[in-house]
Amino acid sequence: MGVKLLLEKAHVPGIRGYDVYRSEGGYRSVEKALKMAPADIVEEVKKSGLRGRGGAGFPAGMKWSFIAKPEGVPRHLVCNADESEPGTFKDRYLMENIPHLLIEGLIVASFALGSNATYIYIRGEYAWIVDILEQAINEAKQNGWLGKNILDTGFDCEIYVQRGAGAYICGEETALIESLEGKRGNPRIKPPFPAVKGVWDRPTVVNNVETLAAVVPVINMGGEEYAKIGVGRSTGTKLISACGNINKPGVYEIDMTISVEEFIYSEEFCGGIANGKRIKACIPGGSSVPILPANLLFKTAKGETRYMNYESLSDGGFATGSMMGSGGFIVLDEDQCIVKHTYTLARFYRHESCGQCSPCREGTGWMEKILKSIETGKGKMSDIDLLWDIQRKIEGNTICPLGDAAAWPVAAAIRHFRDEFEWHVNNPIECLN
Amino acid sequence: MVKFSDDKLAKVQEIVQRYPEGKQKSALIPVLHLAQENFGGWLSAETMDYVAELLQISSIEVYEVATFYSMYNLQPVGKYLFEVCHTGPCMLRGSDDIVTYIYEKLGIKSGETTADGMFTLKTVECLGACGYAPMMQLGKYYKEHLTKERVDSIIEECKKNAASNN
Ligand SMILES: NC(=O)C1=CN([C@@H]2O[C@H](COP(=O)(O)OP(=O)(O)OC[C@H]3O[C@@H](n4cnc5c(N)ncnc54)[C@H](O)[C@@H]3O)[C@@H](O)[C@H]2O)C=CC1
Ligand SMILES: Cc1cc2nc3c(=O)[nH]c(=O)nc-3n(C[C@H](O)[C@H](O)[C@H](O)COP(=O)(O)O)c2cc1C
Ligand code: SF4
Ligand code: FES
Repeated sequence: MGVKLLLEKAHVPGIRGYDVYRSEGGYRSVEKALKMAPADIVEEVKKSGLRGRGGAGFPAGMKWSFIAKPEGVPRHLVCNADESEPGTFKDRYLMENIPHLLIEGLIVASFALGSNATYIYIRGEYAWIVDILEQAINEAKQNGWLGKNILDTGFDCEIYVQRGAGAYICGEETALIESLEGKRGNPRIKPPFPAVKGVWDRPTVVNNVETLAAVVPVINMGGEEYAKIGVGRSTGTKLISACGNINKPGVYEIDMTISVEEFIYSEEFCGGIANGKRIKACIPGGSSVPILPANLLFKTAKGETRYMNYESLSDGGFATGSMMGSGGFIVLDEDQCIVKHTYTLARFYRHESCGQCSPCREGTGWMEKILKSIETGKGKMSDIDLLWDIQRKIEGNTICPLGDAAAWPVAAAIRHFRDEFEWHVNNPIECLN
Repeated sequence: MVKFSDDKLAKVQEIVQRYPEGKQKSALIPVLHLAQENFGGWLSAETMDYVAELLQISSIEVYEVATFYSMYNLQPVGKYLFEVCHTGPCMLRGSDDIVTYIYEKLGIKSGETTADGMFTLKTVECLGACGYAPMMQLGKYYKEHLTKERVDSIIEECKKNAASNN
């Protein structure tokens, strides 16, 4: 059993409610943090090495220290609970099971950043979780952890939950900000980063649910102790949402020292491949990261064991590696069709493109069309090269990384499974079944 | 004529208070949800104009937003909307079979509504339930680990609810 920092108490009966949460040691980090200077809290988070759990892995303490502090301008903390990357459902698990952990982390972070009005932007489909969060917020408020003059420090803070309305792109932080302002989710050009110019042009820190929940153990144990867990620059624990053809789909907390092979086959985690089948491939970090065939999944190209952490998963770059991303771990068994799976992802990205940039708007549409035609046995050999060409023209040529996110899965599928694409072209009749 | 009840109007006011002075446009997405729930499960032009008036913004600002987000219905939908996820992870666990089964059972394809106006089927993209696939959203809640039997019982349940509401 590895270390559990976030989900350790998630299954204590009644932990969703305030009384049990508190009696299990909840809100201690707020008591501790509100006696500290905000700058010292930021320092602890820096020391912890905590990296953003939304996917980009940017150091949280560094982001907090970048927040601009112009005289007389309010600042805001926004919690990104948009969670829409296929394969990712960890934030939902945390919010449903142990909502007070998020609220606790939000209070500490709001104090550290000086946010008197903090927003949780949650994907619209998670409608029932809004009720769970609002209940937790009300309980926290009744018990003096939120509202005016918290713990007699003179610090005021309110947390509001804002529902989105069905748009993956609103998980991208600047699109999220636009949406929070009541507009279409069209990403803004960065820089300026939100830390300088965010919601209503005020300095804003946007952090993922899991990042903000992890602030609680960071403060409770101290940044240095937190940094001792894990390995290298992958400190602390990480939530992984595992799905696809495995025996035990679900959300697991790992300490980033276990190997990919152990994660898939041990009973504590995925429990092996379902129906006694063999593994074909895996997308280890949410649909936008490169897919890896089994032979590059358990071992890197250099023949070293691959581990479930930021560095090891990306070992080999895009040629032979992948990424930790959002922790959405998708496993495909030997019977699955890579072309069809890639087609569903391409369709997803076409559906979710906001349409601002032509390479993304047009490119995602073309990729979907070509993949569909190959999948249904109507493709030509030259279509495979055309696909390759399109994805290359999208990558790096767009306002936000959704374009890249759409291009990478297609590129990796062709790179590692070109034979399956060719098989479809050569066997049109079989494709119809 | 569309008009919120007094307690819904109070809710709108409460939402507007969450934002800084003059930034009431931020309330648009939550208020459109409220409007869709209250005015028949979809947003007519009349409803959107009403929301614009409430938030003191122009109608076009509301149309822009309503057409961008997939959860807003711009046309009437059936009493029960089955939104079945068909993205990769759900596909790996058999979502295609569920969609086909609903089609066979209710005679509707994605985007269609049964003649009695009871059921609408929609295939949707990943809803964050990939580990509990196949799944669908029904109203506010998710129905997960779908099987044909489970689809049958969901349909029965809807019919029963509809009968008892009449
Ligand atoms: N969780 C999910 O459902 C999804 C996650 N993703 C992940 O999102 C990632 C891309 O996210 P982005 O926000 O575009 O990445 P990014 O690298 O631009 O930014 C990461 C964070 O660091 C901040 N940052 C970076 N440089 C900064 C600076 N100089 N000053 C202040 N702040 C700075 C940004 O504001 C942002 O909050 C992808 O790697 C992907 O894995 C993508 C889709 C869905
Ligand atoms: C298309 C796209 C979708 C994204 N969706 C999410 C999301 O659903 N949740 C999330 O936390 N971050 C998402 N991100 C990353 C955010 O832009 C941002 O990096 C993150 O919220 C920062 O929080 P963190 O530093 O705590 O990870 C997305 C990025 C892109 C490009
Ligand atoms: S890359 Fe795609 S989603 Fe991102 S801003 Fe451009 S068109 Fe919109
Ligand atoms: S793919 Fe269906 S819920 Fe994620």
